[in-house]
Amino acid sequence: MEDDFLIGGKRFKSRFLLGTGKFSSKETMRQAIVASGSGVVTVALRRIDLERTQENILGFVPENVTLLVNTSGARNAGEAVRIARIAKEAGYGNWVKIEVISDSRYLLPDNTETIKATEILAAEGFVVLPYMNPDLYAARALVAAGASAVMPLGSLIGSNQGLKMRTMIEVLIEEIRQVPIIVDAGIGRPSQAAEAMEMGADGVLVNTAVAAAEDPVLMAIAFAKGIEAGRDAYLARGDRERPFASASSPLTGFLYDE
Amino acid sequence: MVKVMVNGKTTEIAGNTSIVDLINSLGLKPEMVIVDLNERVVSRDLWKSTLLGEADRLELVSFVGGG
Repeated sequence: MEDDFLIGGKRFKSRFLLGTGKFSSKETMRQAIVASGSGVVTVALRRIDLERTQENILGFVPENVTLLVNTSGARNAGEAVRIARIAKEAGYGNWVKIEVISDSRYLLPDNTETIKATEILAAEGFVVLPYMNPDLYAARALVAAGASAVMPLGSLIGSNQGLKMRTMIEVLIEEIRQVPIIVDAGIGRPSQAAEAMEMGADGVLVNTAVAAAEDPVLMAIAFAKGIEAGRDAYLARGDRERPFASASSPLTGFLYDE
Repeated sequence: MVKVMVNGKTTEIAGNTSIVDLINSLGLKPEMVIVDLNERVVSRDLWKSTLLGEADRLELVSFVGGG
């Protein structure tokens, strides 16, 4: 059965988006990307440290993978827009993950600034994937502003806390039908990624849980399996939960009955 | 000599220094550098012909890992 992931005018087999931060080496990162089967990876833009030798991360990203440049570092819409334009003008495609954060303790996204940046960049032809704090009104505004997806946080970035925002994510999945919902941030285990997919999310974005594992390549494989399992379970439309027991075999014809 | 800002630091460079001159003098690999001059990206093919002037602001950026 065909269940390709359609987003931003592209078609992917995998619903697993992978971040590239925190890997112990670029080679490990490359192997993890390949093992994950992911078709989209995120990268960030930073000033070159003029005191150190450069390492070219792009050389370690497989060729057929779509680059999703994030606007991390941006504290407001203006900075996010500038970062996105730099990446595009430099020839690195028009896919952008809007990440506007102005507190360093919780790294929570600023929905208001994210909506502003989405409107500007979508109008300039970017494929905009905004990272947001799950709120129905903000999600609707992002869709109206031209976002190609909505990416609600599962829990705080890098926290491995899982789907703390589950209830609000469920609201978005139920009410936002025009674009894919990708749970992004805080997913710590493949079982949590599976759960997000079982809930009906269209995809998940994971970084820390893979990169910071002792065996990132094996963890990437585990996540890929979890995401597929969750998606299949969602499509299979499972049985409901019940408050009482329901026997698996008839309650008659028992042996030794008197 | 002219004063330009490179990655937030004011530096003095010789007049008529081109972007490619600056990149080379900093020991950077050109293929890994994105140049933003006064908030416009300057493509690599224009680095030789773009000369830096007084009060120019340069951001030399590259991609790093991120989520």
